[in-house]
Amino acid sequence: MTPWLLGTHALTAADWLQLFGHFLMLSLLAIGGAMTTAADMQRYVVGERGWLGDTGFGDAIALAQAAPGPNVLFVAVLGFDIAGLLGALVTMLGTLLPSSVLTLHATRWGESRRDSRAVRAFTSGMAPLTLGLLLATAWLLYAPAAAQPGSWALVGVTLVLMLRTRLGPLVPIAIGAVAGALGWVG
Amino acid sequence: MSAQPGPAAPPARNAQAAPATHRELFGAFTRLALQGFGGVLPVAQHELVERLGWVEREEFLRLLSIAQVLPGPNVVNLALMIGDRFFGWRGALTALLGMLLAPSVVVLTLAVAAMQLRELPWVAGALRGMAVVAAGLVASTAIRLASALRGNVLGTPLNALLGALTLLAVGVLHWPLVGVALGLGCVAVAAAWRRLGAAAR
Repeated sequence: MTPWLLGTHALTAADWLQLFGHFLMLSLLAIGGAMTTAADMQRYVVGERGWLGDTGFGDAIALAQAAPGPNVLFVAVLGFDIAGLLGALVTMLGTLLPSSVLTLHATRWGESRRDSRAVRAFTSGMAPLTLGLLLATAWLLYAPAAAQPGSWALVGVTLVLMLRTRLGPLVPIAIGAVAGALGWVG
Repeated sequence: MSAQPGPAAPPARNAQAAPATHRELFGAFTRLALQGFGGVLPVAQHELVERLGWVEREEFLRLLSIAQVLPGPNVVNLALMIGDRFFGWRGALTALLGMLLAPSVVVLTLAVAAMQLRELPWVAGALRGMAVVAAGLVASTAIRLASALRGNVLGTPLNALLGALTLLAVGVLHWPLVGVALGLGCVAVAAAWRRLGAAAR
């Protein structure tokens, strides 16, 4: 039963604090959504701590994208895969607490200053970085399967469906699942 | 159930409808979140603006543009702002939990199932295929958002350079995000500050 509650890695108290702390910090950097910090989560969780493999990380994101609900739930899946239900709670709380407190305060405080030079400089300056981070996340998700011609085709089909039709993401997700199950990817 | 308007009674155009209770607010956000496969924003717009009439269309757009520049998931920030508007911070919490609780149960159940089925080659393959599609979905979001840079004070060449440098540093070189955001971010914000000053003159 314990793997469901606490995971299989037997995290020490220091590990728990560091996990929580890292997600707390990323929360305030997640301008444009939690997905923009996925690249750094991957660096920390996979590269630095070795709690998950590359594919495990990609699976978590794919699962959250396929399932109903906000995509930020990939953070809950990551936490769950690392350290069970408590892990999911810790990573979700870390991800949402700082940004939510900031959002509530900032919207109440900043409504009147939206046109000020400082606020506009901040938002326009950070915008291109946000897009770069999204592309970095896309690249990290794609990299494990990059050598396969099937992967190229799948990304192409996804882009065409999302940008040229009104279909929702569920359609390419379903296509990806079928293509993968048939062994065309990786 | 009695609080919900029937399908035959669409919300009035100008009357600003509002949730009467926390329960109603919670239910609305749970319902819209559970419909959001791959992304909640389109469903949120449809439910909150068109169906329930809790937020006017222009207001929704304005809230979203603020939600996008604040850290945190855009739809989560949107839920906080809309909940806050009706019942203060308690409302924000209600909307947030409504949006997250039921989908968390669903996604973690799926994660458990996937954990046990991952040994099967076709399940592993399906997850790999879905991850590749997820890469395409994130890329398509980036491409769609790129049109919002058109009016950006930095101009297209500088925006492209900053975006490419971020992609290189974080995606290819695997540098920590904190350093990149602080270093490159300061340069970008300073450049925007200068150009805004020049544009004002």
